[in-house]
Amino acid sequence: MSIREERKTEPVEEYYTWTGKARGWLLKHLPADKLLPQDQPSYVASWIYVFGMGAIVSLVFILVSGVVLSLNGPAWYHVSDFGHFVNSVHLWSVELFFMTMVVHLWGKYWMAAWRGGRTLTWITGMGAFLVSIVAAFTGYLLQTNFDSQWIAFEGKDALNASGIGAWFNVANLGQIFGFHIVLLPLAVGAVVALHVILVRMHGVVPPIDAAETDAQLSGPDRTEATR
Amino acid sequence: MSAPTMSRSDRDGLARRPWRGTVREYDLFKELTVALVVVGLVIVGLSAIFGSPDEPSVTLKSWAQAEPADFVATATAELGGTSETAGYGPPYNTTADATQTIGAFDLQSFSGVQLPIDTAKDLVITPLTTLNAPPSAALDAWNAASDTEKTDWTAAYTDALTNAPDGDPAQVVTGDYGPVPVLTDALLTMASQGALDGVLNAQQSFYNNDYTRTILFLGDGAYFGDLATAAHLTGDQWGMMNETGNTPGQSWLWLFSFWYQIEPFASAPNADLLVVLLMLVLSVLLTLVPFIPGLRDIPRWIPIHRLIWRDYYKKRAAGRG
Repeated sequence: MSIREERKTEPVEEYYTWTGKARGWLLKHLPADKLLPQDQPSYVASWIYVFGMGAIVSLVFILVSGVVLSLNGPAWYHVSDFGHFVNSVHLWSVELFFMTMVVHLWGKYWMAAWRGGRTLTWITGMGAFLVSIVAAFTGYLLQTNFDSQWIAFEGKDALNASGIGAWFNVANLGQIFGFHIVLLPLAVGAVVALHVILVRMHGVVPPIDAAETDAQLSGPDRTEATR
Repeated sequence: MSAPTMSRSDRDGLARRPWRGTVREYDLFKELTVALVVVGLVIVGLSAIFGSPDEPSVTLKSWAQAEPADFVATATAELGGTSETAGYGPPYNTTADATQTIGAFDLQSFSGVQLPIDTAKDLVITPLTTLNAPPSAALDAWNAASDTEKTDWTAAYTDALTNAPDGDPAQVVTGDYGPVPVLTDALLTMASQGALDGVLNAQQSFYNNDYTRTILFLGDGAYFGDLATAAHLTGDQWGMMNETGNTPGQSWLWLFSFWYQIEPFASAPNADLLVVLLMLVLSVLLTLVPFIPGLRDIPRWIPIHRLIWRDYYKKRAAGRG
C-alpha cells in the first residue's frame, strides 16, 4: 500500500468536546501554513507592508521599556540616569509606534483592505489605534513632572464634560497608574493580537480590481512561484 | 469577463478566497528579526540623541515663593467661592448652570458630584487648622460669620488686591476684610514653607496618590497657566498635542486639538463637549468605513492603490499586451 493510499484510509478525526471543537475550528481557519507562512502572493511587494510590522516591533519596545519603568515606579526616572534613558526609549518607541501605525492605517485605507471578509480586521485595527491613544494619554499623565500636571489640568475638562471625569480622574495618579500599566496594555495587546490573527487567517488583500483573467492568477505562469 | 465590467461582489469573491496565483518567498520570523534590529537601533539612537524632557513639577511651595501675590489672590478666591474650581460644577460641586450642555443633553450633571470639593473649607480653612500654631482667632471669626459676611469680605479684599501695586498684600489699603488677610497670609506662609503641599496631598492620611485638589488649586491661579503658556501647552496653542521643550508630544491628537483652534468651537462655552462628541462620531465613522457607501469607495476613485501595487498592475498590463 502506498503512502497516498494509507492516508486515504485514515479515519476522519471527530471533535466531540469543547476543546476538540475549538481545535477543529482553529485547524480549519488558522492552519499552520497560514499562521506561519513561507510565501505570500506576489502582489505583496511594497514598502507599505513594512509599517504594520514596524508598529508591532515598536509595541514590543514599548512593553519592554514600560516593564522596566514600572518595576521602579513612576518617579524613578527623575533620579536615575539609566531610568531616564529607559524613559526616553519608552517615549521614542511610542512615537515610532504611532507613526508606523498611522502610515499602516492610511495605507490599508487606500488599499480598501477590508474587502473580501476582512471587515473585522479593519475594525480591530482601528480599535488598536483608538485604545492606544488612551494608553498613550495615561502615559503622559504618569510623567510626574510639569507636563503631566498641565495635561491633568487641561485634560480634565473634556472628560468632565463627557461625564466620565470622576471615574477616569486624570489627577488621580494611583488610578491612572493602574490604567496605564495593567488595563490599557492588556487591551492594546489583546486587540493587536486579534488583529494579527485575523490578518493571518484572511491573508493579505489582493489588489483592487484584480481579476481571474489576470496572468498572475490564471496565465501561463500561474503555478510558477516567483522565487 | 474583463475586470472593468465585474461587479464588486465578483471582485470581492476573488479577495475572499485563498490566493491561487503567483507567490513570492516570505519569511515572517526573518522580517520580525530584521524589524527588531532596525527599529531598535532607531529607538536607541533617538533616545541617546534627543533623550526625553523632564520639566520639574510645580508645587504650591514654588508657586507661593515665586508669585506670592497671585497665590494670595487665588486663596482669596477659594475662600470667597469665586475661583474656577468653586464655580466648576460636577464632579466637584453643584454650581448652577456651570455644566457644558447641548440643549438638555447634560452628561456632566448626569455624573453627579463624585469628587466633592468645598474650596474654602478644603483648600484654605482645614489646612490651616493642621498648623502647630493656627490663626485661631481668624479661623473662629470666619467660621462664625454668615455667608453674606464671607462674600463681602472676600469681594472687598479681592478688589483691594487688584488695586494694590503689583497685587502686593502688604500694600493693600485699609478696609473691612474681616479675617481674610490673616487667613490668606497664614496660608501663604504655610505654602512657602512647603507644609501646604503635604497637607493637601495627604488629606489626613499617610498614603495618597490623588492630586486632584492640588492640581485644581494650582490651576485656579495665574502662575500655573503662565508657565504652560510659555511652554506652548495651552489649549489655544494646540497644547494637548505638545510636549515641553522641542520633543514631539501626542501628535496623534492633532485633529482633537485642531477643533479648539477654529470657530464655532474656539469660543463655544461647551467646546469640550462638542469636540469630544465630534471626535467620537469621526472615530466611529472611520471604524465603520467598510459599511459606509461613499467613504469606502474613495480608494477606488483616487487610485493610490495603483502606486502601492504598481508591480501587479504593470505585470497585468504586460500580460494583456
